[in-house]
Formats: sequence, C-alpha cells, structure tokens
Amino acid sequence: MTSSSVALPQRAPFSHVRQVFVERYAPVATMVLALIAIWYVAAVAMNYTLVRDAFEREETPYTTADVLAGTMDAERPLLPAPHQVIETFLDGVFGYSPLAPRSLVYHALVTLSATMLGFVIGALFGIALALMIVHSRVLERSLLPWIICSQMVPVLALAPIFIVVLGALGLHGLLPKSIISAYLCFFPVAIGMVKGFTSPDLLQVELMRTWSATPRQVLLKLRWPASMPYLFASLKVAITISLIGAIVAELPTGGEAGIGARLLSGSYYGQTVQIWAALVAAAMLASGLIAIVGLVERAVNRSMGAH
Amino acid sequence: MEPRKLRLGLLLAAGAILLAFVLPIAPNAVPLRERPVIPELCGFAVVLYLAAAWLADRRATIIGLVATGLSAAASLILLQDPIVAGAARSGFWMIVIATWLSAALCVMNLASARELRGERHRIVNLLVPLLFGATVFYLWEVGVRGFGVPPVLLPSPSAAGARFFNSLPTLAEDFTQTFIRGVLIGYAIGCGAGLLVAILAHRFEFLGRGLLPLGNFFSALPLVGIAPIMVMWFGFDWPSKAAVVVLVTFFPMLINAIAGLSASGHIERDLMRSYAASHRQSLSKLYLPAALPFIFNALKINATLALIGAIVAEFFGTPTQGIGFRISTEAGRMAIDMVWAEIALAALAGMAFYGFVALAERATTFWHPSYRT
Repeated sequence: MTSSSVALPQRAPFSHVRQVFVERYAPVATMVLALIAIWYVAAVAMNYTLVRDAFEREETPYTTADVLAGTMDAERPLLPAPHQVIETFLDGVFGYSPLAPRSLVYHALVTLSATMLGFVIGALFGIALALMIVHSRVLERSLLPWIICSQMVPVLALAPIFIVVLGALGLHGLLPKSIISAYLCFFPVAIGMVKGFTSPDLLQVELMRTWSATPRQVLLKLRWPASMPYLFASLKVAITISLIGAIVAELPTGGEAGIGARLLSGSYYGQTVQIWAALVAAAMLASGLIAIVGLVERAVNRSMGAH
Repeated sequence: MEPRKLRLGLLLAAGAILLAFVLPIAPNAVPLRERPVIPELCGFAVVLYLAAAWLADRRATIIGLVATGLSAAASLILLQDPIVAGAARSGFWMIVIATWLSAALCVMNLASARELRGERHRIVNLLVPLLFGATVFYLWEVGVRGFGVPPVLLPSPSAAGARFFNSLPTLAEDFTQTFIRGVLIGYAIGCGAGLLVAILAHRFEFLGRGLLPLGNFFSALPLVGIAPIMVMWFGFDWPSKAAVVVLVTFFPMLINAIAGLSASGHIERDLMRSYAASHRQSLSKLYLPAALPFIFNALKINATLALIGAIVAEFFGTPTQGIGFRISTEAGRMAIDMVWAEIALAALAGMAFYGFVALAERATTFWHPSYRT
C-alpha cells in the first residue's frame, strides 16, 4: 500500500511459495485465530455469572477453575464455546441418519432444495426479463425504473404474507419458499444481465450490423458471450440471497423443517448451541453454493478461451 | 411508434367501449345506457379515442390519456354498484380492456418518442414509469373488485390504502420502533464501525490482508440468521434489532471501504508524498474523498439490508409494536389489508431512506465522472 512508483523497497529473494504463504495465508490465519481467541474469551466472560449462579443454586462448593471449566460446556450458555458449536454441528451432521428429523443434513437438504428451485426459477426469470428489457425500448423505459425501485423495498418482509396467501391457496411445503427465493433473486440477475447485454461497445454492435446480423444473431454471438462475467457476478449474489430467502421463508411456516425452522425452534426452547450449529450449517451451505457457482464460472471461462 | 398500429389500437379501444353499451354489465344490473354520468363519460371517451386515432401522432398521446382517464373513471364508478362488484360480465370488462389497451398504447407511444431534449426528456422519463405503475395498480384494483377476489387472499389497493390512512397512529408507532430506533441506530453504528475498521485495515497492511477475505466470506453468509441470538442477548426491545442491523451492515461497508481506500491513483499518492503529507492528512484529503463513491455504494446497499435485518429480527420476538411484529401477527389473524399497509410503509421507508442516501451522494460526490454530464 505504501509502494510508490518512485522508490520500491527491494524485496529479499523469497521463493514464490513462501511469498504467497506470507502474503496471503498468514494474515488470514492470524485473523481467524484471533477471532477464535476472542470468541473463547467472550464465552468465558458472558457465561461466567450464569455458571456461577448455577453452582450457587446447587450449593455445591466450587472454585474459580470449576466455573471456568463450566463456561466451556454449559448446557444453555449465552455464548457457546467454539468447540461446543463444532461438536453439536458434527453430531448433527454425522450423529443421525441423514433423513432423521434431528439430523442437520435433513434440514439443510430441505432448505437447499427450496434454495435451488427458487434460484433456478429466479435466475431464468431474471435473464428473460433482461432480454425483454434490452430488446424493447418501451419496457426499458417503463419497467426498469420499477425494478430498480423495488430493490429499495425490503422484499423479505413479504415472506410471511406470501406463505399465508399461498397456504390459503392450498400450497404448502417447497413451492412457497422457492417462490420467495425466486422473487428475491431475480432482481440482481435482471439488473446484472441488462448491464451485461448492453456491455458490448458501439463498435462491436456496429460490426454486427455491417454483417447484417439479425437481432437473434447479435444476441447469440455478441451479447450473450459478452454478458458472461456479469451473469456469474449476479448469480453469486443471487444464490446467497436465495438461501437467505429460503431460510427466512421457513420462519413463519411454524417450524416444520429446514434451517430456518431449526433457528426458530432453537430460539423458542433456548437451545443456543442448536442455533449456532444451524448457523454454521447455513454458512457452510452458503459458501458451498458460491464455490459451486465459482467452479461453473471457471469452467465456462475456460471453454470460452480464458486461461 | 407506427401510426397504423396506433390507429388500429385506438379504434379497437373505441369499439370495445361501444360494445360495452350492448353487452351485459352484470347479471340483473341496470344497463349502461340507463345509468347516470357513465354513458356521458363513455361517449366522450369514444369521441376522444376516434380523434386520437385520426391524428395518430405525438399529439394523440395526450388525447388518448384523457380518454383513458375517462374510461377508467367509468369502470371505477361502475364498481361502486354492489351488483357489479364481484359479478362483472363482459360489458364491464370491455371498458377495462379499452382502458388497458389505450393506456398501453399511450405509454408505448410516449416511450418510443425520440429526439427529446432537456426538460421534456426528463418529464417523459418520469411520466412513462408512473403511467405504467398507475396502469398496473388500476388493473389490480379492477381485477380484485371485478372478480370478487376474497380480501383474505389479496386486498384491492384502495382497501389497503384506506387501511393505511385509517391506522396512521399505529403505523407511526411501528415506524418509530422499527425504523427510528432499530434501523437508524444500528445503521449508524454498523456503517461507522465498518468504515473505522476499513481505515485501520488500510493503515496496517497485514490487518487488511487478513480482513478482506474474512469480510468477503462473512458478507456472503445469511447473517440475518443471527437474529434469535441477538434477541436472546439484548432482549425483545430495539437494541437486539439494532444489533442485527449492525452486524448485517458492517461487512458490506468494510469490503467497499477497503476497496475505496485503495482506489486512489499512483500519481495522487505520489503527490501527497511529495508534499510530505502525514497519513492523517492524506487520509482526509485523498483517500477518503477517493473512497466516497465506494462508501456510498455500501451505504445504499446497507439501506435496504438494514431494513430487512430489523424486520426479520422482529419475527423472533418484539414488544408489541414494530413493522415485523405487526406483519407477522396480522398475517396470523388474516387481516391482510393491514399487512399490505405495513408493507407499503416499509416500502416507503425503504425508498425514502435510499433516496436520501442517493441525494447525499449527489451532494458530496458531484465531482465524480458518473455525475458530470
């Protein structure tokens, strides 16, 4: 950051691997370790009075060391220690058969199916909308402002009403949740793809015109390939929003299944560790989904001739 | 737009209204001819449609819009009749179709107008989406009331609007609870903290290298899920909502501000160096101003995120007020018009918040190339 074009400090001749390690992984590892340390300290600080009061209620003699040990595996702590969360998470993932209602895998799969269905519907709808907007001046002028406007609206607040309305129509389970996901994630795709379809510069569009290309040919040979970076950037946003939508949509359904239901029941019964484990599962799901989109992006880029 | 198509469409609209005089409005309803006011409205609309079809150029838009307004008024007055509402027949729908057709034609004619300069261009750019929205609302209203959709499923916009104005005190209470307390406080703390940490990360390279990947990771997580824990820690009242908002807004601000602080060019940095500027001086004179577009980007993203975070946090427990609380309880009681009123409130608050941030951006980053015209 302090490097300037005038005086670049001479680097010692590191080997490349070591340089990458020092510059990229060491800071991240330090931060992660610091975060975990802070978490442990916070767990002790926040659970201390809780555990001490429990000891005093039982009128058993205790030492400070006992209380400290107690903060590390309290049953309903204010802040569970990291190892407790990981233990519960691993127990939830591997401890039960994947289809048992206590298994985190089961809940994650329920949420994942709603997320994926909503994502596919939303992404296709967003792309179709972008296509229409790019090809019609009227739609661009009349519809686009509303789409942009609707991004400022807290759409997630619509989740419970959708669930209620669709429930009254006799729709339960997967579909209402994925409709919410789709509704949330078509915006970024539509906006991103409008940008992407209009990203080829005038010179390229005019070249297509000199070849007297039809609008369809312009789309397939120029606009679609040019929009790929925008597509994947917006797909990454869309899939996280889709997951959030699915999780929030599970809140008002009364907690049948899914990560959102797990969060809600955890908060009803004061099962803090369960909430944290569900959060870890959600985090895993989110990063896994983004990683998959990233992999697809790399594969597409490579097939289009990128290095 | 092609005059021939426009002419054809407007003639069709006029024909549809003429058909409405013949076809039944609703079973056992008084026919159109024998009602007060409506035949005059419809007749005048037909005349205007014909006049617009005869002109079929840019002037036709204005005449067509007046006629659209007349026929829309006719259909809405018809709906006041309890025999028509819920049991409307082909005659009524003919008027609706004529209104919809002419509105669509006018919007298309207006939107395809080229070679507009300055003030007129801006007016048209504003008018087109407004007319589009008005048409959608009109169709929603007429559809819900004409078909008699039960209000539990979908209330008409007028019912939701009436509910909105009848329950202004409740809405004001909810607004204060959710927006003024939860959102604004959390937003200020979250964005402020994100900016501060970003400045630190910019100052100390090691910190920045560690924080950026972590920030990217965290900002992709469904952080609203933390809401039940925050409710457990900070209680049911607004501090827990503000805490969720802080967490949700922190990471977007961190990432954007880090990107913005390193957005200044080499030449400018060298210039600061040649002035022997201290870090604080170059921060206030160069890095922060250069980062402003990025910071405002984060502020805009966060404006929506904050509102979502606060409302979702209220689903996990609140005192007996707040937008999220009201939405979930009224949805449970099947009072859907109140839910829509709350959603309208949230939408208005969200748009006003976003608009305010956008205005502040214009006022402070007027020098940026994207605003120079």
